[in-house]
Order: sequence, then structure tokens, then C-alpha cells
Amino acid sequence: MIKIFKYSFFDLMRSRWSLIYFLFFAITAAALLYLSNDVSRAIISLMNIIIILCPLIGTMFGVMYYYNSREFVELLLAQPIKRRSIFLGQYLGLTVSLLLSFVAGMGLPFIFYGILASPELSNFLVLLLTGGLLTFTFVALAFLIAVKNENKIKGFGFAIVVWLFMAVLYDGLFLLSLFIFEDYPLDKFSLAMTVLNPIDLSRILIMLQLDISALLGYTGAVFNKFFGTSLGFIISLACALLWIVVPTISMVRVARRKDF
Amino acid sequence: MKRIIFLIVISLVLFTSPGRAAILSVCNLCGHTSITAAIEKAAPGDTVLVKKGIYKEGNIILNKPLVLIGEGFPVVDGENDSEIFTISADNVVIAGFRIQNVGTSYTVDRAGINVIRSKGVVIRNNRLINTFFGVYLQKSSDCIVEGNIMEGQAVEEMSSGNAIHLWYCKNIEVKNNTVKKHRDGIYLEFVDNSLVENNISEGNIRYGLHFMFSNHDDYIGNTFRNNGAGVAVMFSRFITMDDNLFDHNWGTTAYGLLLKEIYDGEISNNRFEKNTTAIYGESATRMKIHNNTFNQNGWALRLLGSCMDNTITANNFLNNTFDVTTNSIRNYNDYTGNYWNEYTGYDLDKDGIGDVPHHPVKLFSYVVTRTESSIILLRSLFIDILNFAEKVTPVFTPATLVDEKPLMKPVL
Amino acid sequence: MITINKLEKSFNKNHVLKGVDLEVRGSGIFAILGPNGSGKTTIIKTILGMVIPDGGSIELDGKNIKGNWSYRNSIGYLPQIAHFPENLTVKEVIKMVKDIRGKRGDEQPLVERFGLQPFMSSRLRNLSGGTRQKVNIVLCFMFDSKYIILDEPTAGLDPVAMITLKELIHEEKKNGKTILLTTHIMELVEELADEIVFLLEGKIFFRGTLQDMQEMTGEAKLERSIARILLRNNHESKEVITVKA
Repeated sequence: MIKIFKYSFFDLMRSRWSLIYFLFFAITAAALLYLSNDVSRAIISLMNIIIILCPLIGTMFGVMYYYNSREFVELLLAQPIKRRSIFLGQYLGLTVSLLLSFVAGMGLPFIFYGILASPELSNFLVLLLTGGLLTFTFVALAFLIAVKNENKIKGFGFAIVVWLFMAVLYDGLFLLSLFIFEDYPLDKFSLAMTVLNPIDLSRILIMLQLDISALLGYTGAVFNKFFGTSLGFIISLACALLWIVVPTISMVRVARRKDF
Repeated sequence: MKRIIFLIVISLVLFTSPGRAAILSVCNLCGHTSITAAIEKAAPGDTVLVKKGIYKEGNIILNKPLVLIGEGFPVVDGENDSEIFTISADNVVIAGFRIQNVGTSYTVDRAGINVIRSKGVVIRNNRLINTFFGVYLQKSSDCIVEGNIMEGQAVEEMSSGNAIHLWYCKNIEVKNNTVKKHRDGIYLEFVDNSLVENNISEGNIRYGLHFMFSNHDDYIGNTFRNNGAGVAVMFSRFITMDDNLFDHNWGTTAYGLLLKEIYDGEISNNRFEKNTTAIYGESATRMKIHNNTFNQNGWALRLLGSCMDNTITANNFLNNTFDVTTNSIRNYNDYTGNYWNEYTGYDLDKDGIGDVPHHPVKLFSYVVTRTESSIILLRSLFIDILNFAEKVTPVFTPATLVDEKPLMKPVL
Repeated sequence: MITINKLEKSFNKNHVLKGVDLEVRGSGIFAILGPNGSGKTTIIKTILGMVIPDGGSIELDGKNIKGNWSYRNSIGYLPQIAHFPENLTVKEVIKMVKDIRGKRGDEQPLVERFGLQPFMSSRLRNLSGGTRQKVNIVLCFMFDSKYIILDEPTAGLDPVAMITLKELIHEEKKNGKTILLTTHIMELVEELADEIVFLLEGKIFFRGTLQDMQEMTGEAKLERSIARILLRNNHESKEVITVKA
């Protein structure tokens, strides 16, 4: 696995997409820092970008990379190596390379800005952490979808639908249910809905870190309390990890029974 | 400075009671070693000059017109169990003292300086540290509270007092004071025709400035920062609020300016920066809100359906999460000619006024007012899409809440 | 020795292998032939473990390959199309496969033979299909594997490289290798194959030497023999259908 990881990582790091992805974050982060001149506001704006873009890019690159490397996978399959190692290796290769572009792209402007000595450092780290978790999750989902669908167009379509659901439609259903059940206490329900969707979870985790949490009022206080307890922390971490582990394991299982 | 004040006070004393005025000094080696003793000896119109030192005296009663001057900020310490100065005579002056440690009381409103039924009292350039209530004026008029610094140690509302507390007063001037860490910074109840000017009110638990049942008062040029709420104006009429700074009154239940049952006021030329809610209005009527700047607040204007006949004009709305929120589908207020940085219209005839009306209420702010817990979806992509759709074709937000003449450039 | 027993495989409703039995013994070149969709590639892929059979078994030197991966250490495989990670260089890809195999492998003579020296440091994205296929050939032959599986090996190769490849196959045969080969180019079979396995509709229709086939069909050319088999087969099945109707 490590060997496959190593080579697909090398391969991807040299691809121009990695550079584009890196430059995108570097330029956006630098521009936001420069324009707002306020780390907290820059973080909030970047949050909006990250919780949409990390999943989208993760999904798209995941599907694309899988389909592009299909013939190469066949070559690997003929080598004395376990299937699991091939797919996990490629998964990690792609995820880590995306992550590196992301962290470097975000990190450099912030380091130049002096984030390391700033009290906002922990907020920034939460931002990186959630971006990382989202990348891991959505690349795994993309691989799972691609492994399941031989047809590229179907695979791409399905991946976009999954992203759209998680990033947009889910919140629509969330809001709708808040409206329908507004006469009931909804704290626990909101908490559950948030924790269950990695994008919402990331959004809330970042917002609770920042000043803006004051706008969340009573609901925000309930959330803050929940995430402040060790149980809440463990539950949310477990959910985030499940969103990575379950698609990854499913992907490996599907791949094991698949004909190439 | 000290010398100038001293000269002024002296000349004032000479002018008001010509011929008879005497100066009594208090210090370790002076004729009097305690302030109380000197006051007892003094005749009305005399000056008591307190030299630098520590005076552990409480319950000092001033029942005759005297001028009390501290030299080099002598410390008067109540040792946490008594009021310090109690004034029940007209034309008393207290200046230049450091007054400390009154101690919390749950039964009596003890104060650093308590003025009861007096006229023409001047309290100037004192430092009041940990005094429960700082300066307490009741049933008094024509007094001046000026240039004092008051610092409390308030932790919770129940066990704390107000820095400057006015009750049933008239014609009071509160100027250039700095008040910190009390329950309310400045509190006015049944106070008319008074002026609150150039004060700094910071870190108070409840309100920076609080009006109750007070009419015809002005507050101008003050700074309210990091209070539970910057200013609360309740059950009052004809209050002028001009040129103040409401800065960072930030927290889950924080406001810049809280209006409740208030009529005929004017809010102008103020700056609201980073408040959770810049102006919250409940039953606020006939208010003129103009030439204010709202920058980076959570909610800039939250006027409930009970607010009527207010005019909101020539204000700047910049970078607020929500510019205007209301809980009603109807609108009885006039929002014309403001600058909204979220305005996306155009100005073809170049007259500085946008050709397309601006709807400042976002759908999401309507949703949040209806179902409060939906705020949890703040900054979700779905919400952005929803807002955009509503902006294109308004369905839920009040159709009449509209700025027909949005400005293209901020008002200076 | 490769032993295939009652091998079954369907892709959805398409029954591709219907109980194939095959034993490949000793060294030599075995050509697996058959019309499109007859299951040639599927057999090769099941041997490599890329396709998982629905029934039957495959043994390599007496060991069942099911759930096993280390047996592939003794197989070299040359796929039809050559695709590699685009941004790696030829040198790196060779190093990677060596890494995976954990063997030293001797690529240098092959690289020289196929004239790949100038491309060793180029990225694979910049190479032509033929050059990539040469890289594939190097990867296939460099480990001195006991079994060599060639799936349409000549696709995209220029004549010079083709001749070199043929020589190489011959040499390997002399070295005692077992070589499985699928191709559409009958000259290549005539030139190389020791034995022919002819697949038709998921079964082995014919197995024997070139001579056996010529005798059976009465055609001197392999191409013609095969055409004859196919035509006859079509004719027969038409007859069957007409009878049913």
C-alpha cells in the first residue's frame, strides 16, 4: 500500500492540477487577508469557500482520477500485490496530494501574515482540520462511486448528485423539518442533523470557534455546550471519522469483488 | 490642571460666599486629621482641603454647602462596609478624591458619593474604585458629574451597582466620565432635561447607558464598548442620541442600542461597529434614524412589527450579516435613501440614486425570526441560494419594506 | 503448469465462459484464439486474478489461485493498452514495479533492445502509444517470470519493434518459459505458436497444433481454417434455429 501510495502521490504532485489547486487557495487566502486585513473575517470567508470547494474538488478529482487510472490499475492488478493495497494506496495518494496543496496554499499566506504568533492560530487550525476531513471523506465517497459505476458519465453524475445533496439539499431538508416541527424542542434534532452531515459539522465547528458564534444565539449556546463536553467531542469526531472509514471500507469491499 | 481647578474652585467659593470663606486643611500633621472632623468644624461656604494620605473613613455626611478638595488624590476608604460621602445640602463640591471600597449590599444602595435632595452639586475629577454604586443622585437637580473615573468589580447583575445612578432628577450634566465594570454604566430613571456627553462606558454587565421613564434628554459623543448592551432606552420620549460610538457590544444577547416603548427620539450620526444587534426596537415609534453607520454587525436593524412611523434615511449599511430584520409581513416604517453595500442595482442617469429599489430584508432573516433555531444554517450554501431566489422574486419578505431610492455611494 | 477446471463466468446476462477445462503443461507458446466475445481475454484475466470466476478453479503449479496474490510473482503480463501515471518518468515506473515485486529485475538489456534509452527520464504523458507499449514490454519481461501472458502484444508497435518482440518471445521459449498469447494477427500465430487453443462461445472448440488444425479444416492457411470453423458454426446454429421455429 505504501508503495502504491508513494508513486501515485509523486505522480499527482507533479500534475498541473495540484499546482492550480495550490495557487487557488494561496491567491484566495492572500487576497482575503489583504482585503479584509482581519484574520477572523478572512477565516470566515475562507470557511465558506472550503466547505463547498473541498468536497466538490475531492469528489470531482476522486472520480476523475479513478477513471483515468483504470488501465494502470489493471497493470497493477497483474502484479503480486493485494487489491486492497492498490486501492487504498491510490486513495491515500490522491487525498494526501490534495491535502498538501490545500494546506500549503492556505498556510503560506497565513504564515506570512503571522498566524503562528496570533491568537487566531487555533481557529486557523480548525479550518485546516475540517478542510482535511472533508477532503478525506469526499475522495473516499468519489472512489466508492467510481468503483461501483463502470460507466463514467453515470459515475460523474452520481458523484455530483451526492455532493449537491450534502452541500445544498440536505440543508434544505433540515430547514424544512425545522419549519414543520417548530412547536417541538429542536435542539437535539438540530444537533443530530448537524453531526450527521460532514459539511454541516465542519461549518458549525468553525463558526463556534469564531466571534460569529454570538449570532447563533440560544441555539449556538446549546451547540457550544454540546461540543464543549467530551461526549459531544467524541461523538462528532466519531461521526467525522465514520464518514471517512465507511466509504473507504465499502470501496475496498466493492473493489475486492469487482471484475476488471 | 489641578492648580487651575483649585483656582476655579477657590474663586467660585470666594464669589458665592464673599468675606466669610475659610480653608480647613486635613492631613496627619494639620489642624484636622480626619475629614469628618474638619467638616464638623467647617461653616457653610468653607473649603476643606484634604492633603495626600489614606483616610479610612466612611459615612461622611455633608449637610452644609462645602467645597471638598483633594490634593494629590487622597484615598478615602470605606473598608467594604459603609457608604463614603452622603450629601444632603446644595452647592456641595467634591473634587480630586480617590474613593474606594464601599462594599456590596443587598439591602441598601450604598454609594461612593450619594446626593440626596440637593441642588447645584458638583462632583468632579474623582476616582471611584470598587464603590458598589459610584455616584448616586436622587431627587436632585442642576448637578454636574464630570471627569470622574469609576471602576467597579461587577460579576453578576444581582450583586452589583451602577456607576452613575440618577433617580428623579432634572437638569443634570454627566460629562467626560469613564465608567467600567458596573451593572449599568450610567442609569437614568425619571430624569428629565439632562445631558450625557463624551463619556466612555465599557465592560458593564448590563447596559452602558440606561434610560427608564426619562424624557427630553440628550446623549452625545459617548463611547459604549463591550457592554451587555450599549444603550437601553425604555419608556422614554424625546431622547436625542447623536454622534455616539457603539462598539463591540458582542455576545449571544448583546445589543448596541435597545429601544423599548420609546417615542419621538432621534438617532443620528452614530457609529455601530461589531455589535451582535446594532439597534433592536420594540414598540419604537416616530423615531428619526439618520446618518448613522452600521458596520460589521450581526443584525444592523431589528425592528419588530410593533415599531411604527420611524424614518430611516441616509444611513450606511456596511458588511452586516443582516441589514434589516422584522417579524412582520407588514411594514409601517420608511426606509428611503440609505446606502446598502449589498445593493446590486445600477444608476443609469448618474444622479447618485440607484434606479432599482433595494429590498434589505433577506429571506433567511425572515426565516430566522420565524424559527429561531434555523440560525444554525447560517452561511450554508443552501441559504445563499435561497436568499438569491427571494431577492429575484420576493414572496415571503415584506414587499413594502423597500428602499425606493438607495444611494450609490456611502453617506459621509 | 496451469490447470483450469470447469471455469464459469457471466457478466450480467452474458455467459462468457461455460465450463472451460484447460491444461497448459511445460514450456512453449500457446495461442488462445477465438472470435470477438469468445472469452479469450476473460480467461487471461481470470488467470491473473483480475476477473473473479463464478465457478471452477484455476491452479498454478498445483496451487489454487483463489484469494492468493503472491502467485503473480511468477507471471509477467503484457496488456493490450499501456496506461501509466502520467507524470511519472519511465525510469520511475520501472522502479515502481520493481518495488512492488520486491525483485531486482534486469531491464537494461531490454531498454537497449527497444531503444528506450532516450526516453528514460521523460514523463509518460509525453510518450507515444508505441513507446509506452515498449515500456510495457520491458515491465513484462524484465523479471524472468516462469509464465508470460501476452494480450494482443503487437498493438501499436512499429515493424522493427515487432520483430524484436518476436525474437524476444522465441528466446524466452527457449529458456523454458510458458507463454500464453492472444492475438488477431494470424501470421504471428503461424510464426510463433506451438499449440492453438480455439475458443468458441465460452467453450474450447479445438486444441492442438497448427498441423492438427490444418488437417481438421483442410485449409493450408490458419486464417482460412478459422474462417471455415466460424462459417460452419454459424451455418449450423442457423439450422438449429430453423428447426426450432
